[in-house]
Amino acid sequence: MNTIIALSIGVLFGSGIWLILRPRTFQMIIGLLLMSYAVNLFIFIMGRLAVNRPPLTPAGTVPDPAALTDPLPQALVLTAIVIGFATTALYLVLMIGSRGVTGTDHVDGKEPDQ
Amino acid sequence: MRLDWIEHLILIPVLLPLLVGALLIVIGEAHHRRKFAINLGSVLGLLAVALVLVGLTDGEHWPRGIGVYLAANWPAPFSITLLADRFSALMLLLTAVIAAAALLYSMLSWSRIGVHFHSLFQFLLMGVNGAFLTHDLFNLFVFFEVMLAASYGLLLHGYNLTRIRAGLQYVAVNLVASLVFLIGVALIYASTGTLNMADLAARVADLGGNDLTLFKAGMAVLVVAFLVKSAMWPLGLWLPTAYAAASPPVAAMLALMTKVGIYVILRLWLLVFSDAGGAAAGFGHEVLLWGGMATIAFGAIGMLASQEQGRLAGYAAIISSGTLLAVVGYGQPSLVTAGLFYLLSSTLAIAAFMLLIELNDRVRSPAAAMLAVTMEAFEFEESPEQPVGKGIPAALAFLGLSFAACALIIAGLPPLSGFVAKFGLFHALLNPGRPGASIDASVWALMALLLVSGLIAIIALMRFGVRTFWASPVTPPRLRFMEVAPVILLLSLSVVLTVRAGPVFEYLERASADLHRPAGYIDRVLSTPAVSENGEDKR
Repeated sequence: MNTIIALSIGVLFGSGIWLILRPRTFQMIIGLLLMSYAVNLFIFIMGRLAVNRPPLTPAGTVPDPAALTDPLPQALVLTAIVIGFATTALYLVLMIGSRGVTGTDHVDGKEPDQ
Repeated sequence: MRLDWIEHLILIPVLLPLLVGALLIVIGEAHHRRKFAINLGSVLGLLAVALVLVGLTDGEHWPRGIGVYLAANWPAPFSITLLADRFSALMLLLTAVIAAAALLYSMLSWSRIGVHFHSLFQFLLMGVNGAFLTHDLFNLFVFFEVMLAASYGLLLHGYNLTRIRAGLQYVAVNLVASLVFLIGVALIYASTGTLNMADLAARVADLGGNDLTLFKAGMAVLVVAFLVKSAMWPLGLWLPTAYAAASPPVAAMLALMTKVGIYVILRLWLLVFSDAGGAAAGFGHEVLLWGGMATIAFGAIGMLASQEQGRLAGYAAIISSGTLLAVVGYGQPSLVTAGLFYLLSSTLAIAAFMLLIELNDRVRSPAAAMLAVTMEAFEFEESPEQPVGKGIPAALAFLGLSFAACALIIAGLPPLSGFVAKFGLFHALLNPGRPGASIDASVWALMALLLVSGLIAIIALMRFGVRTFWASPVTPPRLRFMEVAPVILLLSLSVVLTVRAGPVFEYLERASADLHRPAGYIDRVLSTPAVSENGEDKR
């Protein structure tokens, strides 16, 4: 399981880096999205991977740390997802604005041969 | 004990801009006078709170001059800790001063060339103030994002082609930096199991083996995010374009934002990698020192190559960042004191310069061409008041003198505060404080770089001044009082810094001493009890 998660984070992040180095804004935003997925997964597994362990305890019971998983990374990843989503949406607006004003989807706002 | 109302003051710099910003969204753009008045009221309130906090942290009210606010009343390692000490109170004060100047400047035209300027301005202040107050790494990320999201909007304020191009790069760079920030935070949590800065500092000394390596890797990744904000070479290539494209009041606030990155690095590094940090002590100082020096060199070369004022100011900000990073990297209490003075003086001067830029442009193009182009791009129906009408007398003399004052402070020449700051830096570098310590080659290199960058700054700025003010034909521009008042405010504060350098240095010395005593800080945060309803401590 560890290997699969590590590989998938690596593939997502690597593809993201390749895409944000591309010259078109659409590639940029997909790259940013892939990178943020990779980072969110990365935060998530920082609480260590475990199967069938809840992050919360039922009310009135004495918690047993060995039977529980760390809830904090899950809270962090939720916040990170929300913030990442908002800022990516903002970038999308900017991208559309740029396309409207410059007439091109190149990140420099002009075609390279101009 | 019940929580005294005065303890809640620590929360005000975050809460007030949040509420005022939300309120300003509701008020329509047609009531711009009312919006401006509310915004100004909030900024003046923040200024007052910052002054009170400076007084409180320097007084006897709190043990060790550190005020701790436990969010939601959870005791320290579990809660998000907000904390005011001398350093953060000082930064809050600087923020409020620069915000007041930028806001006054924006009254006549700049706040009206787009929508929601005032709300975004308040949210930016919320993010910046929050970053200065919070002592939890993940909460710091949240405040950084608030600050950045507001700054994206403000950078694009007065939507035109230049700003969209600069905005695309600025937003993309900062989004990637935020992802890097998260990776760093995750690694630090994985290795230490805490995100509270005091708890973190307490645990670092006991780390060993793989955890230590992982922790160091996490800090190295984390600092990349702050170095992008503070524009260390080669991570700061975005800065000159963004600064040159932003509208003047926004550019003044951006000049402040680079200092947020510096603030976090300074605080975190002195806290976590202090001499008490066990095996991790001294990590990364070399990188900061040499990286800072490379940044100074890059900024100096950039200044020589710049033709526009906006880029000149951007490279001046890069030199200022580089100097401060080198100061953190060298790490010595007396040097940090002088560095803090340099931070105050250079930020005020660069912000004043940012505000002067557009006024200087009027000497060259009397029709305020830039404003016209901006408004055309935004398709404004109600055109803002043109800065014509009754101007102030001797406009040209005012512009020339203010420009010269900014140039002197940025270059560090007497008689203004820039000189005091550089003198303080040299004095601290030449007196290592340890008996019998010799002065390294790196110190000589740093001093040489500071001198040469000062020389280059004065050459570049004077070249520009001569071209603008002595070239013929010069039409005396019309300036309104509200446009010159903020510049006068910032520059006169710089004069006050020069005249009252003694007391200011004493305050900064105490601030720097606090930063170099992490044990006292850790103890203060972790021993703060939560407050219970019935008047007894929970602990």
